[in-house]
Amino acid sequence: MTALIPIEPLRKSVEISVDSRPVSVPEGSTILDACRRADIEVPTLCYLDTLHPVNVCRVCVVEVEGSRVLVPSCSRKVEPGMVVKTDSERVRHSRKMVLEFLASSVDLSTTPEVAEWLADYAADPERYGPPAPPSAAGERDSHGPGHHHAVEPGFRATVAQPVKLDNDLYIRDYGKCILCYKCVEACGKDAQNTFALTVAGRGFDARISTEFAVLLPDSACVYCGNCIGECPTGAWMFKTEFDRRAAGTWDESAQEVTTTICPYCGVGCSLELHVQDNEIVKVTSPLDHSITSGHLCIKGRFGWKFVQNRGPVRQSEGVDRG
Amino acid sequence: MDLHLLAAEPIAEERDAIDRFLGSAAGGWTGGERTSTDHHTASGGHEARDQRYLLLPALRALQARIGWISEGGLNYICERLTIPPADAYGVATFYALLSTTPRPPRVVHVCDDIACRTRGADRLCDELEKSAGQDGWLRSPCLGLCDQAPAAFLTEAGPEPVELLFGGATAASITSVLKGDYAPAKQPHPVLPQKGSQELRLLRRIGVVDPSSFDDYRAHDGYEALAKAALLGPDGVRKEITDARLAGRGGAAFPTGRKWDAVSLQPERERYVIANADESEPGTFKDRVLMEGDPFALVEAMTIAGYATGAERGFIYLRGEYPLARERLQHAIDEARRNGVLGESVHGLGVRFDIELRVGAGAYICGEETAIFNSIEGYRGEPRNKPPFPVEAGLFGKPTVVNNVETLINVLEVLHLGGARYAETGSGISTGPRLFCLSGSVQRPGVYEVAHGTSLRDLIALAGGVAGGRELRAVLLGGAAGGFIRPDEIDMPLTFEATRAAGSTLGSGVVMLFDDQVNLVDILRRIAAFFRDESCGQCVPCRVGTVRQEEALHRILAGKPIGGVATERALLEEIGLAMKDASICGLGQTAYGAVETAMKRLGLFEEASAS
Ligand SMILES: Cc1cc2nc3c(=O)[nH]c(=O)nc-3n(C[C@H](O)[C@H](O)[C@H](O)COP(=O)(O)O)c2cc1C
Ligand code: SF4
Ligand code: SF4
Ligand code: SF4
Ligand code: FES
Ligand code: FES
Repeated sequence: MTALIPIEPLRKSVEISVDSRPVSVPEGSTILDACRRADIEVPTLCYLDTLHPVNVCRVCVVEVEGSRVLVPSCSRKVEPGMVVKTDSERVRHSRKMVLEFLASSVDLSTTPEVAEWLADYAADPERYGPPAPPSAAGERDSHGPGHHHAVEPGFRATVAQPVKLDNDLYIRDYGKCILCYKCVEACGKDAQNTFALTVAGRGFDARISTEFAVLLPDSACVYCGNCIGECPTGAWMFKTEFDRRAAGTWDESAQEVTTTICPYCGVGCSLELHVQDNEIVKVTSPLDHSITSGHLCIKGRFGWKFVQNRGPVRQSEGVDRG
Repeated sequence: MDLHLLAAEPIAEERDAIDRFLGSAAGGWTGGERTSTDHHTASGGHEARDQRYLLLPALRALQARIGWISEGGLNYICERLTIPPADAYGVATFYALLSTTPRPPRVVHVCDDIACRTRGADRLCDELEKSAGQDGWLRSPCLGLCDQAPAAFLTEAGPEPVELLFGGATAASITSVLKGDYAPAKQPHPVLPQKGSQELRLLRRIGVVDPSSFDDYRAHDGYEALAKAALLGPDGVRKEITDARLAGRGGAAFPTGRKWDAVSLQPERERYVIANADESEPGTFKDRVLMEGDPFALVEAMTIAGYATGAERGFIYLRGEYPLARERLQHAIDEARRNGVLGESVHGLGVRFDIELRVGAGAYICGEETAIFNSIEGYRGEPRNKPPFPVEAGLFGKPTVVNNVETLINVLEVLHLGGARYAETGSGISTGPRLFCLSGSVQRPGVYEVAHGTSLRDLIALAGGVAGGRELRAVLLGGAAGGFIRPDEIDMPLTFEATRAAGSTLGSGVVMLFDDQVNLVDILRRIAAFFRDESCGQCVPCRVGTVRQEEALHRILAGKPIGGVATERALLEEIGLAMKDASICGLGQTAYGAVETAMKRLGLFEEASAS
């Protein structure tokens, strides 16, 4: 009797050309994988290794020979003989416009790397006129589909609005949201299975929302913080980070990251404690960690207040009662 | 997933509306009375999640009964169908005919879109604002009744909801409808301009047969094509379709034979056929005329499509603003079932095929073939990424044929004549007859049937020329997603190839005329507003690009261009290129078409930039 040992079928490799260079990647890879293998930089915003690709931001578009329109490199799978251009006039134009569209409508001040891309692509968000006044709190949440709210001619519409502060753990600053769907995916089918979040509304009025835009404490949210972990723009942010930024005391260069294991249960999630001035200011988990894929629960994410409890240690019963 | 609901409870009427649609709740797990066995059973899993596709009809039922969707009402739907309330809210806020804020029970949706604008819709809205104020009516994009512009759509919520689509609207008629006098809204839709002509093929039964009579349909060649199909067998039917070189009439002109072959070759046995009856492209109303006047024809054609591709289930996805078509189609489906030509065993074919009618709720984007899938499945009507293509993974992830209504009606004609003979009319992929929707400044608006290759000039002449004998300024060909052409270009033959070569498109068969009294910049701004309103919002080029496009036109219109009109023109071009090149779906990709052709072909903004 011979036992059959299932062998993982060898993935064939696929040869494609990227910017006139031959690149070989395993079958099933995306064009983005191929670009990375060839050390060609491609900007991405809505893409994340651990989430199902939604290909909505379109900043990663490339030109594929034979395709009528540009294709999103983050989700399009390679095919043998594909001829890809990442630096053509068309590609550069669309990337520039996408960056301009975002920068002219959203506050990107806490989105990493985007400032460099804006400069690289010579994007000029100012050419759409001065921004219209920000919406009042809750106003954008009430916009019905199919009936847009035009701004005064000469001004440009933006998603600027007040920050939503409704709990002690984190904040929602939708004026910074680029609608990359990551938080919705993380909260729903791709990780947390809580489904507290949705995209509501349509078109430019589309927004991240709970049901009827209720406050987070009234929603299905379980405060796992996975939305914060995935948000590329700082629209979801630890309250600790938000407060420090407001006070001008947020300083990433002064932060130390300590890796440890979450003490609460037997799963053993890997934690990264970001520490500034001897205080934990946020907690993340590495995306490539085999257990967490970057996701945590409320305990690992927020349950560390006791570590830095600096108050007087309460004497336990029966000891030194004098 | 744990279902976490809001505290709000449904009122009795809301509960009743949902129960009428879904049947009474089985027990405490699904929102009903708690029974003694509830404590010993668990609910959820696949069975519960499989009901997701009932979400949109359930929301529609609530809207039709109450006039809006409250927290309590939404909660109850979520409980019954095991859907997270946030998800359901995302869906409810996607559709313009659904409201998640209180709306009066009676609402009139008044079309202020481009065809109606040429017939005074804008003035009508201004008058309404003065006489009726803002309450009880809303502006609407094209209602698919452009031949009877200005058009309006009444919805009245209640135990016996009323929906009426009516034309020839005036401020006075809308005001009386708002007060509850529906007489002005009950006028029958007029018949075809070409009625009685011997040359009609697709339209030959319209206004001639009784659309509610199965027997009358049979007496007018009904179900003859199905009998031919039975003789040919599935492969034979597909061969005729391929020989006919039938191309899709929904806008993209894709060869129907290739689509059907691709589905029939899939290893997956579960397959679907969808009739795309969302018809929301401004200026398009041909499918409405077909469905209202000859509903059995669509049922027969879909049955043949199912037979030829091995699908056992079909869906008609009908736009929500076509109540008459809905009534007649549902009746036709029921009658076909009763007569044994639909259902468990289709008489003559010996296969199973059934049709479900699905009704939209005010979203142009849901006519995009992959957005239809999401809409039917109970998700936001956002287009999906392609590949995979619908023929591989469509509705419920299964191979799916999506065809336009007119395309399907042509299938009957192909079988009637045989593919080769059908292809004798026209050339290339432009074979057979073709429907055109004439509206705007035209003497006799309506749906016209002509052979492919007829010139635009002859078509316009057939419709009596420009209204009032005025000067023609421009023609919008193919709809808002198409483009403008000049009066000196109207000798163009109406074929896919010729229009494409001329940098234009037949699109969905729209031929909208604009005379010299129309303000074209205003029309252009309305088109830009349409795309802005109808963008699903998923991708950046379209979500923001449509806004920036409209803003630029607004600035020009207001005489406040940034850096001069020439700068604005260049900006529009840059925005347009990115929308065309980087958007996910056809909506964003075509949102610049009208603006581009107005500038490049009609020379709009040129005079202004010269000064
Ligand atoms: C935004 C958008 C809206 C559309 N609306 C419709 C529609 O209402 N009816 C239709 O038949 N096709 C519509 N289409 C085209 C469909 O995606 C699809 O191509 C068509 O239904 C295929 O059928 P055909 O091959 O018979 O033309 C639309 C496409 C887009 C991008
Ligand atoms: S904290 Fe977790 S449960 Fe709450 S919204 Fe974010 S992802 Fe969803
Ligand atoms: S809140 Fe953040 S993660 Fe969510 S869609 Fe907006 S930018 Fe993306
Ligand atoms: S192009 Fe527009 S409608 Fe189409 S997916 Fe993108 S945002 Fe949605
Ligand atoms: S990163 Fe590819 S579309 Fe967003
Ligand atoms: S019905 Fe008004 S434009 Fe079509």
